[in-house]
Amino acid sequence: MSIAHAVRSLFAGNLEKIRDINRRYATPRIAMSLPVRLALLALRVYLLLLVGLLVYKFTITLMQ
Amino acid sequence: MNFITRCYYLFRRVWKSVSLYLVLAGPGLVVMIADNDAGGITTYAATGAKYGYHLIWFLLVLIPVAYYVQEMTVRLGAVTKRGHAEAIFDGFGAFWGWFSLLDLMLVDWLTLVTEFIGMTAALRIFGVPEWLTVLAVCLLMGFMVLNGRYWTWEKIALGFCLLNLIYIPAAFLVHPPIGQILADGIIPNFPGGFNGEMFFFLMANIGTTIAPWMLFFQQSSVVDKGMREKDIPWGRFDTWTGAIITVVVAVFIVVLTGTILHGVDIDDAAQASALVMQTNRYAGTMMAIGLFDAGLLGAICISLASSWAFGEIFGWAHSLNTKIKEAPWFYVSYFFTLVSAGLVVLIPGAPLVLITLFVQVVAVTLLPAALVFLILLLNDRETMGGHCNTRSQNVIGGLIIGTIIVLSTCYGISALFPGLFA
Repeated sequence: MSIAHAVRSLFAGNLEKIRDINRRYATPRIAMSLPVRLALLALRVYLLLLVGLLVYKFTITLMQ
Repeated sequence: MNFITRCYYLFRRVWKSVSLYLVLAGPGLVVMIADNDAGGITTYAATGAKYGYHLIWFLLVLIPVAYYVQEMTVRLGAVTKRGHAEAIFDGFGAFWGWFSLLDLMLVDWLTLVTEFIGMTAALRIFGVPEWLTVLAVCLLMGFMVLNGRYWTWEKIALGFCLLNLIYIPAAFLVHPPIGQILADGIIPNFPGGFNGEMFFFLMANIGTTIAPWMLFFQQSSVVDKGMREKDIPWGRFDTWTGAIITVVVAVFIVVLTGTILHGVDIDDAAQASALVMQTNRYAGTMMAIGLFDAGLLGAICISLASSWAFGEIFGWAHSLNTKIKEAPWFYVSYFFTLVSAGLVVLIPGAPLVLITLFVQVVAVTLLPAALVFLILLLNDRETMGGHCNTRSQNVIGGLIIGTIIVLSTCYGISALFPGLFA
């Protein structure tokens, strides 16, 4: 088996594993009550803002 | 029953409890003391140099803060028998699971680089070249994980935790004024007022006390150790002991630099050690040894936290109780993380300062998410049963976590925009 073939098999195997993980955890087990939904929504907004700040800062730094 | 017999039976009862604790001790002690990693030592050294003894009271306040957060991971691990990453995947689905896992990988790897920075800087003081430090550390850590079981690894790690106490005798060597320490450090006060720089130092101290990897590490460690629900009280005691020891060490570092280096600007702990050496050779030497030990402890725990998390999700065998043949990917990911982080430090002109800054900010993205998930998971009555969070635990935990989220966010923003809080 060539090295290229081995690497391709490795990636293909792990990609399939990732798809399997996504299928396994497709449905969250914890009931999405209103407080849980609000907490997760707040978290997403928070992270978007923070990542946005990070991107802005590093863009400014790169341009300088 | 005469007095001597009573004493004998009392001694046997106490010794039995101590022996049981020594068997179960580990996850809480190791994670808390490892929290005094290279970055932590730098923070405490800088705090002492900047403010003398005036912020000791704040460090003492962090004991219950650290305990409340980490105790939740003990319960979660002992009840669910799964690590934090897997718990997030299972509870909240693939999106949040991948976010947490990949963020953890990035934060852990960057933090590992900073640990190597600390270790190489510490041993450079003694003339040891960086490549030799990196090689020796990789070999030592390889030996620890390959030659034994989790129990062996844990007891060696606890040995290094003991070495972390070296700052205590070091602080006594510089003859700190006890009266002044008590006068300045016990009553809450903000020397120079509550300005931007003070805020930065407070946030840095909080940020170094609760790190994202600690949540993942302690929970996985509890699972790998095989702790059960009935062991939770001992896990709590272990965590309390670890929280107290870690803050005590932090206080002694502040006392050390507060005595010798008050008013001096400190960039890193290695610089502080070299400066202390000029005044007291032994204290400075102990500080440098402590810095190396701190970096090593941090590296030991952080590299495992990543491998455990990856193994949990990908379904690999992921225990220190397994051999390489039984868990090849677990050990491959462990060594890959370790060696690649070590090699970064050896790259000429590597942006080590930028990496150190980046770690602080990226950790902020994971910490709030991990804390929110922790609280939500601990409120899942279906899984946690009688070990679910009580209302008072939710209130206290929620207040602590909310405060940490706000302050660590401000810290991340101030790291990005240093002039903002001036």
